[in-house]
Amino acid sequence: MVKFTEQERDVVRAVWEKVDVDEIGPEALIRVLITYPWTERYFGKFGDLFSISAVSTNAKLAEHGKVVLRSLGRAVEDMDNIKKTYAELSRLHCEKIHVDPDNFRLLADCITITIACKLKSTFNSNVQATWQKFLTAVVEAMTSQYN
Amino acid sequence: MLSKKEKELIIEIWEKLTPVAADIGSDALLRMFASYPGTKTYFSHLDISARSRHLLFHGKKIVQAITEGAKDISQLTVTLAPLQTLHAYQLRIDPTNFKLFSHCMLVALACHMGDDFTAVAHAAMDKFLSAFAAVLAEKYR
Repeated sequence: MVKFTEQERDVVRAVWEKVDVDEIGPEALIRVLITYPWTERYFGKFGDLFSISAVSTNAKLAEHGKVVLRSLGRAVEDMDNIKKTYAELSRLHCEKIHVDPDNFRLLADCITITIACKLKSTFNSNVQATWQKFLTAVVEAMTSQYN
Repeated sequence: MLSKKEKELIIEIWEKLTPVAADIGSDALLRMFASYPGTKTYFSHLDISARSRHLLFHGKKIVQAITEGAKDISQLTVTLAPLQTLHAYQLRIDPTNFKLFSHCMLVALACHMGDDFTAVAHAAMDKFLSAFAAVLAEKYR
């Protein structure tokens, strides 16, 4: 299990405090679908995702983005038990939704870039490194139940 | 591949960044060193601390090469031929690192451009940087 220093915890919490879940969630997911269009395979029930404007304005997708980011908040709250926190979600993605786990990394990258657009210069190289260490732990946890 | 619109967007972004090429390039490098410490091994002969002369110089060189490549994306293999040889035979940098750098460049652009780095710009830039990295790795084996 990944260990975080007190300083790293502070950095992650400071980033999270500045994150508006309802804004970053939809925006990050929109970026995933526009940048990696093959990810649309997982959103067949979401209706029209056939163009950039359709992706950008799809209400179901925006709502799901909020759900995803709210779930990320659970990891911020309990950074010592990330693997346990996502065990069930990991199983769900493996057994029921059949999501290729590499997509968790793509989503993590898009979350980072979306946050960078908002925080601008405060999201410096050290903050980015710590934030990504945290997201990597979440991605690993989401992959942990695949077998 | 990239649409006409995406190509124009890429050119526009890089041309606008030309005056701050050293800042953007060095920031992207610094981000890569902080997030992926293994990448520092290729720069052990240089001073890679924040805002160092080496870092700014090298950052600028990278951004200039990317900007040059952006001008005619269909000709990347021609434009990058000297850099292909340099990376494959002299520097011998494991091409996996190009992906790490591309990601850090995207974050550097996001921090610099803020909301102007839209989802569309992000997608176009991601595509362009992967194409750039793929061409750069072509001569390896």
